[in-house]
Amino acid sequence: MSTLTRFSAIPYTGPAPTNRQPYVPAEAEKMDARGQEISAKIARPGMTQERGQDLPTFIVDREKIVDVLRALKEDAALQFTLPLDLFGADYPRRRDRFDVLYQLYSLKNNERVRLKVRVSEGQTVPTSTSLFKGYDWYEREVFDMYGVKFEGHPNLRRILTHEMFQGHPLRKDYDPAQRWLLTEKGVAEIVPKIDPRFKNVEGDFERVTLNLGPSHPATHGTLRIVVTLDGETIIGADSEIGYLHRCFEKMSETHTYQQVIPYTDRLNYCSAIINNVGYSMTIEKMLGIEAPPRAQHIRLMLSEFMRISDHIICIGTNLVDMGALTNFWYLFQPREEILGLVEQCCGARLLPTYTRIGGMALDAPADFLENSQRLVNMLPKFVNDVENLIMRNRIFLDRVTNVAPISAEDAIDYGFTGPCLRATGVPYDVRKASPYLGYETYDWDVPIAEGGDTYARFLVRLEEIRQSLKILQQAINRGLPPGPVMVDNPYVALPPKEKVYNEMESLIYHFKLIMHGIQPPVGEAYFQVEGGNGELGFYVVSDGTKNPYRVRSRPPCFPIFEAYPQMIMGQTIPDAIAALGSLNIIAGELDR
Amino acid sequence: MPGQKIDSPNSIIPRKAGAAPGDVAEKGLITLPGEAEHEIDDLGGSGILTTKLETVVNWARGNSLWPLPFGTACCAIEFMSMVSSHYDISRFGAEVVRFSPRQADLLIVAGTIVDKIAPVLKKIYDQMPEPKYVIAMGACATSGGFYRVYHVVQGIDEIIPVDIWVPGCPPTPEGLMYGILKLKEKIERGEIKRG
Repeated sequence: MSTLTRFSAIPYTGPAPTNRQPYVPAEAEKMDARGQEISAKIARPGMTQERGQDLPTFIVDREKIVDVLRALKEDAALQFTLPLDLFGADYPRRRDRFDVLYQLYSLKNNERVRLKVRVSEGQTVPTSTSLFKGYDWYEREVFDMYGVKFEGHPNLRRILTHEMFQGHPLRKDYDPAQRWLLTEKGVAEIVPKIDPRFKNVEGDFERVTLNLGPSHPATHGTLRIVVTLDGETIIGADSEIGYLHRCFEKMSETHTYQQVIPYTDRLNYCSAIINNVGYSMTIEKMLGIEAPPRAQHIRLMLSEFMRISDHIICIGTNLVDMGALTNFWYLFQPREEILGLVEQCCGARLLPTYTRIGGMALDAPADFLENSQRLVNMLPKFVNDVENLIMRNRIFLDRVTNVAPISAEDAIDYGFTGPCLRATGVPYDVRKASPYLGYETYDWDVPIAEGGDTYARFLVRLEEIRQSLKILQQAINRGLPPGPVMVDNPYVALPPKEKVYNEMESLIYHFKLIMHGIQPPVGEAYFQVEGGNGELGFYVVSDGTKNPYRVRSRPPCFPIFEAYPQMIMGQTIPDAIAALGSLNIIAGELDR
Repeated sequence: MPGQKIDSPNSIIPRKAGAAPGDVAEKGLITLPGEAEHEIDDLGGSGILTTKLETVVNWARGNSLWPLPFGTACCAIEFMSMVSSHYDISRFGAEVVRFSPRQADLLIVAGTIVDKIAPVLKKIYDQMPEPKYVIAMGACATSGGFYRVYHVVQGIDEIIPVDIWVPGCPPTPEGLMYGILKLKEKIERGEIKRG
């Protein structure tokens, strides 16, 4: 009998397939009630509540959007101060073709809200960059992907695609394979704006504009920063992204729900399993199913291992940038062991594609817990050694203290999440704020640091490795729950092969699932997990067919890198390099 | 240890007629494993090696590749694994990672190349001095991988010539190492002539 699923093909007593039935979230009533409370506080014309959603949702007239956003942000009882996300969606058959969706988060009440603005082609939306600094890039992305213009935006140009690109690729009528050639002549020159603080300063030196990247040892992949220098001081900086825009969102729309999982691996490739878990749980939420306890336990343990591996890469490579090569060699040793553990589970090292919608692809090996215990035993030594090597090292301290600091207010205004936000002293962690996979049953703390500089980010990451180890030790002590690792639902899980070959019904279910895929009910859902870099959310729209209608991944790196030019203003180039490594910008996630 | 046999038919060291490979090598700059003691004994001896200059140069090039990792995505992380302590590419003489194209002779394209970065890759390749070799690491660099979509180059051979393709998504560090060894073989056989 396969360990994957019990598979009770006949008779199946669970819910029938919900093809083209509307999606009714479990928390819809609660959210509707909350939505009413919110609208009672800030009610104004041009704002209607949309019921039956998984978040309090409002449809707002485009003229009123800035007004509503301001009310949500400034109302003392609500305080939706963190701009989580802003993205578009295209419904070509509708009169107002595009949805522009805003998602905000309130640190005070620990709740989210979604606003929708419906615009037709050619209509503009007033910009909200004056309210939330972070929405600058998000609005550029909506313009790039859908062609929706934002009135009053200071710098509305393409962000992810290149300068010679034509059309707006996430529109439904754009051919997914239509490429446009970029030649060297077409590359636009970037002239960074001089920071107002330095505008009228008469420097002693000639001003130089310097280009860092996209191929530069310190840019870890494909980031590009252009800085203007006065002597050694950075007085103007701008960054360009999109050098790894490999169209995750368009690809998702052309693949089935299961086939999207490998693409999610490649978002944050340093902690791939967390992405798998986030996406799978979003679809599970829409389907109204839950992975079996054994699968959830494996997911939790591997997520924590991946978080450790992610932080190891960040700390190791950042120290390489500062000349401390030893730590990199040294820290990669336990990382190889972690990858070895993942390889034992599913055969792949870095990008495992281990989860499936409804559970895991395979059961964990018999010695999974022993190997995990061995790793949990060996890791503290490595963390302590690295801490001893660097944390009292004068050279290191000089290079990181007070380098590229950001205040908590600015970080929230940009939409920081994850270690970079916690380094400014804001204790926001999705695992605590809205626990999933049973994180609430573990005893662990959210590490925070004061100052928001590079040093603080180091401290937070090192401490997070320790906290992850604490969670892992508890998870190992509890042991893997017995049972299958895949849900018992023939509309989601493939039947075991021996049954496919021997039972008619299993064969039919197998055929149906392969040919027609998983078909979640019609609707939209948002679900978030704590990724290596912060809140990793997935917003999925289903139209009841086998392909997702829209998959939006909320990239934690995006707002962090957006704030980077501001963070390095007034600092020097070596400071900028040290700061960039500590932000852990992963291009796959930044550009998608 | 004069008696140790080394089966190395492709060795560039000329041998005495009729001698088994590795048995008695002519003296010169090059030492096969096990020959060192013997050579030190005879240092004052004939000390002459005759071979083609090209062969020696290729042998030297193949054994000291200086890679430039053009790492854009996931493959770059596996490249890091390959150069770091566990896998340790320095065993094969290719650990001197250079980020300046002027100082490198092996371009390892690790990761997806999208249209926006394609001119940069071309420029980096053009800036490398001859002789230069290119490894396309992973499915994306080889063919676009499973990104058959509006912003992704469908294989870097659209832009630059490629010597070795390494399959995998991403290739394991062993896979990339195998690719580098294959390139080394190719260089030593003198198959790569360009420029």
